[in-house]
Amino acid sequence: MSILVNNDTKLIVQGITGSQGLFHATQCREYGTNVVGGVTPGKGGTQVEGFDVFNSVADARKATGANTSLIFVPAAFAPDAILEAEDAGIELIICITEGIPTNDMVSVKKVIDSSSSILIGPNCPGIITPGQAKVGIMPGYIHKEGRIGIISKSGTLTYEAVWQLTQLGIGQSSCVGIGGDPIIGSTFIDILDLFNKDDDTDGVIMIGEIGGSAEQEAAYWIKDNFKKPVAAFIAGATAPKGKRMGHAGAIVSGSSGSAEEKKTVLESVGIKVSPSPAEMGETLKSLF
Amino acid sequence: MNIHEYQAKDLFRRFKVNTSEGKVFENENDAEEYAKSLGVDEFVVKAQIHAGGRGKAGGVKLVKTPEEVKSTVKQMLGMTLITHQTGPEGKVVNKVYVEKSSTIKKEYYLSLVTDRSTEKNVIIASPEGGVDIEKVAEETPEKLLTQPIDPVVGIQPFHIRKISYFLGLDKEQTKQLSSIISGLYNLYTEMDCALVEVNPLIATNEGEIRALDAKINFDDNAEFRHKEYPELHDPTEEEPLELEAKEWGFSFVKLDGNIGCLVNGAGLAMATMDIIKYHGAEPANFLDVGGGASVEQVTQAFKMILSDDNVKAILVNIFGGIMKCDTIAEGIITAAKEVGIEVPLVVRLEGTNVELGKKMLDDSDLNITTATTMKEAASTVVSLI
Repeated sequence: MSILVNNDTKLIVQGITGSQGLFHATQCREYGTNVVGGVTPGKGGTQVEGFDVFNSVADARKATGANTSLIFVPAAFAPDAILEAEDAGIELIICITEGIPTNDMVSVKKVIDSSSSILIGPNCPGIITPGQAKVGIMPGYIHKEGRIGIISKSGTLTYEAVWQLTQLGIGQSSCVGIGGDPIIGSTFIDILDLFNKDDDTDGVIMIGEIGGSAEQEAAYWIKDNFKKPVAAFIAGATAPKGKRMGHAGAIVSGSSGSAEEKKTVLESVGIKVSPSPAEMGETLKSLF
Repeated sequence: MNIHEYQAKDLFRRFKVNTSEGKVFENENDAEEYAKSLGVDEFVVKAQIHAGGRGKAGGVKLVKTPEEVKSTVKQMLGMTLITHQTGPEGKVVNKVYVEKSSTIKKEYYLSLVTDRSTEKNVIIASPEGGVDIEKVAEETPEKLLTQPIDPVVGIQPFHIRKISYFLGLDKEQTKQLSSIISGLYNLYTEMDCALVEVNPLIATNEGEIRALDAKINFDDNAEFRHKEYPELHDPTEEEPLELEAKEWGFSFVKLDGNIGCLVNGAGLAMATMDIIKYHGAEPANFLDVGGGASVEQVTQAFKMILSDDNVKAILVNIFGGIMKCDTIAEGIITAAKEVGIEVPLVVRLEGTNVELGKKMLDDSDLNITTATTMKEAASTVVSLI
């Protein structure tokens, strides 16, 4: 089963004629994902690298039956691209674009909340279900089919966790990068809920970082609802206060949102927190 | 991006948020002339730096005459202010703000911020103003009101009533609060702010509600649609290296340790700092070269790490997704040729084109220790200092 993306995924790429969009559309196809086309306004009716290009998401959906969209549109136009995908009835919208203004996401999130579409990201690496579909920018070969779910705010740190598991011979059901921005389409809890209901997922690694309180909220939700073992890691224990660490989300002001505070809350509900980023895989393994 | 109080107050005036009359100066004679023209018997002189806690550090003075304004401005210009937010090195004062003094009957707290939990912009208000608001939140959370604002409907009359009752304002003051809050909300949304803070908001003896201080932080992601951001930006308030990194398109934060780090991705970069500490050493910097860095950017990143004399070893930790390992390898080789790398270098590459990247490093004559895992990389680099 796995979650969100699988053999039934029919993917379109918004911004497919851009260099990033085209490169990753090709990479996703090579992995085996069913990429049915792409969207670039004004270039409808043409083809790139064998992909049919459409003028609008609605046209693409009508012609191909696409149910998933992957967005590589520049930040200034990405909110519009997300809303267009929602309007066209795309079930799963994954936005890779980084640098979208927070105020735009406040409005976009309001629309997504009252819609049946699911948004992942922005500023995320996407989702992969090993052996079935890769809808994102992650290197495919590090993954292995299996039964552990991964949820993470960070891209490259997710790859690190996946690689550690694969080296230990432990495969993944699905890996979801939810993104590190202050306002994101799907939270830890949204994805945990899906893993909870997924018969093919036995346990989860949750990777958080400093800033905000999403990890703490997830911890309390896990305590009351989640039935499977959870291992975690929180990045940023050594980050100085008040400094922005790349991600818009990763900033600690005062005591709230520190790695230490997050670890304490996670451990208080029985989640095993990896002491070092090199031991995420081992920590998960120790739970079984 | 932070701006100065005087710039924030200019924006307050533009958005019809009541604040005191005042002006910023870079020399004491102009300040004295201005004070004379105000024709009042008390002035506030405030040093302009991007940090809170100025009052306690001697950066805010109350004076009675234009002559005193002159001497105070003169004394403040060029001084180094050290507050709890500047760090031990402090910040140099280049500009001083002079305004009419206000009578203060009561101080309040008012701010707007984007709240991640409710995923909305929220107004935070408290009858405890002029103090450290994080302390209020911790010790007396019942004295804080957080009001989410729905982006579709914006500020509603009931928001104003709710906040006004909470602060204990009278009917006339509620009207004033209404225009202040509407102005702040318009400013927040139109200018793409990440924070607008008024601490304190005051009621004067005459019953007027006024913003006595002003702090604004912009959302850097929105710079593409605000021509004003670069004009309001004060580069002297930033670390020169961090500013340089930004121009090259990557994030760099200088730290106090001696192991330089070059990593792709913010999460992995933070985790790399964490694992250095876990193995008993301290990172010299946070450096995220980003998703699709070029050879030039990687070379530049190396130069910046090496410009810090504290650096005794460098750890490169790359997990290539968009970033290709051969690009990093080429950057390392180019940097080594251009600047020379005298300190031990430990490189851990994984991900896209990893074999090619490793081969390029092996074929170069550089003295590089390669590592397969993050753990091995961290313990090796720590053993080399």
